[in-house]
Amino acid sequence: MINRTIALARYKGTFEQPDIFGYYGTFGGAFIPEMLYPNVEELKSNYLNIIYEEGFQREFRALLKDYVGRPSPLYHAKRLSEKHGATLFLKREDLNHTGAHKINNTIGQLLLAKRLGKHRIIAETGAGQHGVATATVCALMNMKCVVYMGEKDIERQAPNVARMKMLGAEVIPATSGSKTLKDATNEAIRDWINNPVDTHYIIGSVVGPHPYPDMVARFQSIISEEMRWQLKEHTGNEMPTHVVACVGGGSNAAGAFYHYLEDFSVQLVAVEAAGCGVTSGRSAATTQLGKPGILHGSKSLVMQTADGQVVEPHSISAGLDYPGIGPLHAHLFATGRALFLSATDKEAIDAAFELTRLEGIIPALESAHAIAGLNKMKLTAKDTVIVCLSGRGDKDMAAYMAAMGNE
Amino acid sequence: MGRLQQLFRSKNNNVLNIYFTAGYPHLESTLQVMKALEENGADIIELGMPYSDPLADGPVIQESGSVALQNGMTIKVLFEQLRDMRRAASDEGSGITLPVILMGYLNPVLQYGFEKFCADASAVGIDGLILPDLPIREFETEFGPVMKKYGLDFVFLVTPETSVERIRKIDALSTGFIYAVSSSSTTGKDKNFSEVELYLQKLQHLKLNNPVLVGFGIKDKGTFISACKYANGAIIGSAYIKALTENPDVKMTTESFLKTILK
Ligand SMILES: Cc1ncc(COP(=O)(O)O)c(C=O)c1O
Repeated sequence: MINRTIALARYKGTFEQPDIFGYYGTFGGAFIPEMLYPNVEELKSNYLNIIYEEGFQREFRALLKDYVGRPSPLYHAKRLSEKHGATLFLKREDLNHTGAHKINNTIGQLLLAKRLGKHRIIAETGAGQHGVATATVCALMNMKCVVYMGEKDIERQAPNVARMKMLGAEVIPATSGSKTLKDATNEAIRDWINNPVDTHYIIGSVVGPHPYPDMVARFQSIISEEMRWQLKEHTGNEMPTHVVACVGGGSNAAGAFYHYLEDFSVQLVAVEAAGCGVTSGRSAATTQLGKPGILHGSKSLVMQTADGQVVEPHSISAGLDYPGIGPLHAHLFATGRALFLSATDKEAIDAAFELTRLEGIIPALESAHAIAGLNKMKLTAKDTVIVCLSGRGDKDMAAYMAAMGNE
Repeated sequence: MGRLQQLFRSKNNNVLNIYFTAGYPHLESTLQVMKALEENGADIIELGMPYSDPLADGPVIQESGSVALQNGMTIKVLFEQLRDMRRAASDEGSGITLPVILMGYLNPVLQYGFEKFCADASAVGIDGLILPDLPIREFETEFGPVMKKYGLDFVFLVTPETSVERIRKIDALSTGFIYAVSSSSTTGKDKNFSEVELYLQKLQHLKLNNPVLVGFGIKDKGTFISACKYANGAIIGSAYIKALTENPDVKMTTESFLKTILK
């Protein structure tokens, strides 16, 4: 069962969907060596048919409900609303099993991998949330799981490394380059090149060669699918004035924006990690600092030197510490469809404490960037804003404890 | 006729293509290595342009690329180094007469400017390009015509998983030669060579228009000879770089390395 919008997407790209070659405007495509072609081609020719098949949807939806705990609540944050002088809702992806939005995608891709006859799953991870979500679903479905993680991230996200190991995954440190998410992604891609037949690579964000950005966005689109009816229940209107989300690669933002992409009355706001400040030389604000380029198989905005070498980004939040951005977001930026803001490490920490003290919710450092973004928006009493609270802060307690020590 | 075409006209067997990374082990090593390869019996020089994220390469080549980048290698520096490579030694040039192809990833080339890159490459006497992350479609619609304008050959890769139909298409688009990856693997990986032989036999039976060189996993005389049984020649990369790492004396290492392959 392929619905009308998918048929249209095959004809020409929209904000929601890339064209048949995987382009959102001038961004996207599949810039991959021939060694990856069969793997990517197999996915490309099967993913839409598989994920819109009735049995798949039934299994996917049932797991999201009974295992993940969806729908995640849309919570009216009254004290935060008061502070900003607008009506604010939090989309509580932090309450999902494993503590972030990442599991929406890993369940979808694992069900897909099973239908493609794969026996082994590989993944890259930054903060460890995607790695944990992958290892969790692999345990659930009895699949062999290998997670690549930058050596530097292994140090700063120790609790998640332990969780992955307890779940039975093998965690392999990426020791090349900057030893963070970008390098973990390189290692995962190399693994896939060397194991083309039995392995499926679960990319954790809306990055990578076509069809990954589109596929991951579709799995995450459950976020905004729920937001529409939940907001209607709360307010009688399914349209907010703003949707705000943090952007690393951009998967929680893609999911939160998805069903509003063609509703131009809704202002989409993406918040990137400014690190120590956009111009400090230690930042991960890709739309501010990047130029069009090719990273991990797609054409997008990439932080790079004048000579085209990819640079090491910086963010206190491992999940946003990535020198690229999904091609959908590059297109939203280039066309002005979404507003791109950034928040520094310090602003994110402050926002995390503010949310904790106002609402009793400890957010992930990534999600704290979205909360910090609110301070940079001129909100009025007429505004109804949904913030995607992509994850919970358990994994970041070391950073929060350090901040309390400094207070 | 280009240098690659001339080479394959006069020699269609046991063609030895050696890959190395520009600016490795030292920034100024590039031309020394090229001269040593020419003097010691290589047939084609494949010059790697280092990149921070070389997806198709294994650890040995990536590490040599990191060192080269730290040494200050860039495309601009490389073209400056290569400016006199074709001029005769008697005329203060390097006297390189072998075909030279540049291998690299698309991103640095795009930042340099694709047309400028092709123009400058052609001006210093480069014969062809290998850009493994350039897809067929983008080659046809955007990049191929620019290479053609500057007389540069383009080499595509095929793997054991590439369908016959796709191989035929790649054969029609390639000029120079076809790079047969000996298994679906990143550079430097060992593989069972008998599987490889079956695949190379299959390629041989297709009677392609372009010569076929086998790359990835060729590391010594034995693997070189097996590859040449079914193909026009082979490409050695990681094994040569490893040798250079162990003994950075370019002349000595190149002479003894090529001796073990060719003698
Ligand atoms: C809680 C949380 N939010 C956001 C992100 C960033 O990823 P994306 O931009 O794909 O949503 C991560 C990544 O690890 C995360 O763990």
